Amino acid sequence: MGISPVLWQFLERWLNNSALFPREASTIAPYMDALYFFLLGMTVVGVALVATIITVFSLRYRRSVHPVATQIEGSTLLEATWTIIPLGIFLICFVWGALLYFRIYTPPVNSMNIYIVGKQWMWKAEHPGGQHEINALHVPTGQNIQLTMISQDVFHSFSIPDFRIKREVIPGRYSTVWFNATTPGEYHLFCTQYCGTNHSQMIGTITALSPADYKKWTEESTSGMSLAQNGERLFASMGCNACHSGNAAARGPSLAGVYGTTLQLTNGAQVLVNDAYLRDAILNPSQHVTAGYSPIMPTYQGQISEDGLIDLVEYLKNLQTNYRVHQTLTTSESDQAAPITPGVSQP
Amino acid sequence: MSESTILNLPDQSTARVPKRNFITAEDGLLSWLLTGDHKRIAMLYLISITFFFFIGGAFAGLIRLELLTPQPDLVASDTYNKFFTMHGVIMVFLFLVPSVPATLGNFLIPIMLGARDLAFPKINLLSWYLYVVGGVMVIATMVLGGVDTGWTFTTPLSTHYLNTHVITTALAIFVAGFSSIFTGLNFIVTIHRMRCPGMTWFRMPLFVWSNYAASILMVLGTPVLAISLTLVLLERVFGIGVFDPTKGGDPLLFQHLFWFYSHPAVYIMILPGMGVISEVVSTFSRKRVFGYTAVAFSSVAIALFGFFVWEHHMFIMGVSNYSALVFSLLTMLVAVPSAIKIFNWSFTLQKGSITFETPMLYAFGFMGLFTIGGLTGVFLGSLGMDIHLTETYFIVAHFHFVMVGGMLMAFLSGIHFWWPKITGRMYPEAISKLAAVVTFIGFNLTFLPQFILGYLGMPRRYHSYPPEFQILNVMSTAGATVLGIGYLMPIIYLAWSLKYGAVAGNNPWQATGLEWQIQSPPLTENFTEIPIMDHEAYDYDWLEHKTKQEVTTVG
Repeated sequence: MGISPVLWQFLERWLNNSALFPREASTIAPYMDALYFFLLGMTVVGVALVATIITVFSLRYRRSVHPVATQIEGSTLLEATWTIIPLGIFLICFVWGALLYFRIYTPPVNSMNIYIVGKQWMWKAEHPGGQHEINALHVPTGQNIQLTMISQDVFHSFSIPDFRIKREVIPGRYSTVWFNATTPGEYHLFCTQYCGTNHSQMIGTITALSPADYKKWTEESTSGMSLAQNGERLFASMGCNACHSGNAAARGPSLAGVYGTTLQLTNGAQVLVNDAYLRDAILNPSQHVTAGYSPIMPTYQGQISEDGLIDLVEYLKNLQTNYRVHQTLTTSESDQAAPITPGVSQP
Repeated sequence: MSESTILNLPDQSTARVPKRNFITAEDGLLSWLLTGDHKRIAMLYLISITFFFFIGGAFAGLIRLELLTPQPDLVASDTYNKFFTMHGVIMVFLFLVPSVPATLGNFLIPIMLGARDLAFPKINLLSWYLYVVGGVMVIATMVLGGVDTGWTFTTPLSTHYLNTHVITTALAIFVAGFSSIFTGLNFIVTIHRMRCPGMTWFRMPLFVWSNYAASILMVLGTPVLAISLTLVLLERVFGIGVFDPTKGGDPLLFQHLFWFYSHPAVYIMILPGMGVISEVVSTFSRKRVFGYTAVAFSSVAIALFGFFVWEHHMFIMGVSNYSALVFSLLTMLVAVPSAIKIFNWSFTLQKGSITFETPMLYAFGFMGLFTIGGLTGVFLGSLGMDIHLTETYFIVAHFHFVMVGGMLMAFLSGIHFWWPKITGRMYPEAISKLAAVVTFIGFNLTFLPQFILGYLGMPRRYHSYPPEFQILNVMSTAGATVLGIGYLMPIIYLAWSLKYGAVAGNNPWQATGLEWQIQSPPLTENFTEIPIMDHEAYDYDWLEHKTKQEVTTVG
């Protein structure tokens, strides 16, 4: 009775190449797995307890052994026990899970920011240095990386199981997630939110590189223009600089250094200027008028792509002075091959 | 009487199924289609939901067949997407939601309360017609080319990006939703107004309590589903922009609305099943349900809390971190009443006199699988864990453990338990025990590997997957085959038993419920005279006393 060697070989290879547990490739993964094993333990103990009770009672009180049932109304003490103990365990799960959730969804300050645009059915990654990738993302290990993500059409979801992170990518709104890769290697990227025909093709590869390899990769794959430089071009070509010139008499507020400050709006609201605010203010200006200015800015809804918006946001984030805005306005040929601005060169 | 069974059948050489009963009361198709009898309507429902169950099951089979290999090789992606959409729509809206309430509930609630019918027999019939209209529209969708939104209809995918039959399907669910509202309304009014003398709230069988809780959810929740689907239609047809960010709408709003119904909906699906388990466990251990009041109130608690946990479907969707905290906490609280129920059922066995007929085997299956399903729900309610597990096969496995391992087991338990009451004949015991065991094994083989797949990160609704996930998918598909056999067996032997099954008599299980004190199948009017409830539910001493008296009177 022998098994065919061909079949055996096939089985062996198949079993060896099978996955049973995901790799732990980010700093968050061990925390996630710790909670997972706690929950798994809870489940195993819970199921074993119920199974034991049922089995023991079934054996001891089966009809042939125990022909006449003894009626019991209930027991407040027992019922209180199995109300309070599960409640206690579930509350531990709640607190533990909440701590982990806040850790994953609160990006540390000074993490490196990469933009992700999701669309049917591809992922586009935009590095601040201007590197673009499709269905791929190269990241350095040992560095906190924040992803600022937006969808151009439907809901998508950005999932890297080996990093134990996932976040919905939403149309019309930035969402963020962060991670810190620990081990160089290639990891699956999945879209986990059903997004139409080729949902299962909306996958990619995350490549974690050692910092030295990453540096090499960024130098080799640069497109020559950083996101901020693209943004500067857009800022001029769309005529933004006509109003947002930074002059005292300008019709729009100066945008230099505005990122990260708190603005007073004409509707009385106080808002923190972040990526989401900048994007909304471009698309829907009438709802975001800085106090002291008139609502004259037209909407740019439909005139600018999500990639363009990312360029503009990245440009405004790094805009420290209006010096080059003035120069652009006064020099006719200045929108060609701009040299690197002091503010932009250090992202 | 044998040691191993409580089954007590009349002498088969003389026993006959009563000539006059609700089935023989009138002849002809019209007498069924125009009936106001809750029992006949229950039969109509039973036939139609079984039909849809097997259609939905066929789609499940096709899904598992495609996932046998990592490559997308059986059908095109669009077709695959239609498969899982049709599977979800049919199983959720046309099978699980009406399964126990519309069949067993319809049949039994009036009898258990000592009433002659539901409060509104014509509305009851209308609800079946609405169900059929909904069902026919779903079939029409299928024939015309299907729909691929997923059963969740996520906007803006469903409103702007698909050119399949979204409108027909949404309308079908809209119509079927009213069938569920009418059923719930009927149950609530009947339970409030039509209890027989002496039937106080705390003498009602727990099956009635759990159906009452589910009815509240149906009446309060389903209109929200109707609203959200209407908004999808208006957005799709007229572009009103409620869910469209470019028009100032909020795409997340749809999910808030949808889950406001669809989370309570899972309790609509499971609560009546829990009612079945209470009846079965009590009967086959000859004991009052341990802590009757706690079990009754836990149903109501589930119904109440069930409305305030919907956002746990959206933890990764960019909702406020602090609202996520609140919803996670509430989710943990809603898990407690389910735990209470499981322990109360387990302790009902204590000091009982237990036998292991088919309904009891299914009930044991329910208790084991529902425990797993419930506890894996705690994984998903725990915020941080949810980030990794949501939208993967883990959630698929969790949902199926609760809905198939839980609800379907409970449904089959109930069908076997009340089969002699409904038809007057017994199902064959040996083969049905085998079916219960096959179902249990097949189920675990199908869905346990999916937990592992989920933790590995395999996303749900994927037509193809990385090759290293294959072995677990092969196991799952193999299990689905076994499970399929487990579900086909009852159809065959139950049909066989209609003609050849042993005559059951009034009370084959020697159960205490009012439904067991009347003839099987019951008369159209259920009771020749309205009973007076003078004892608690599950009072086995009362039953013994009554039986003795009958023997002396007759003898």
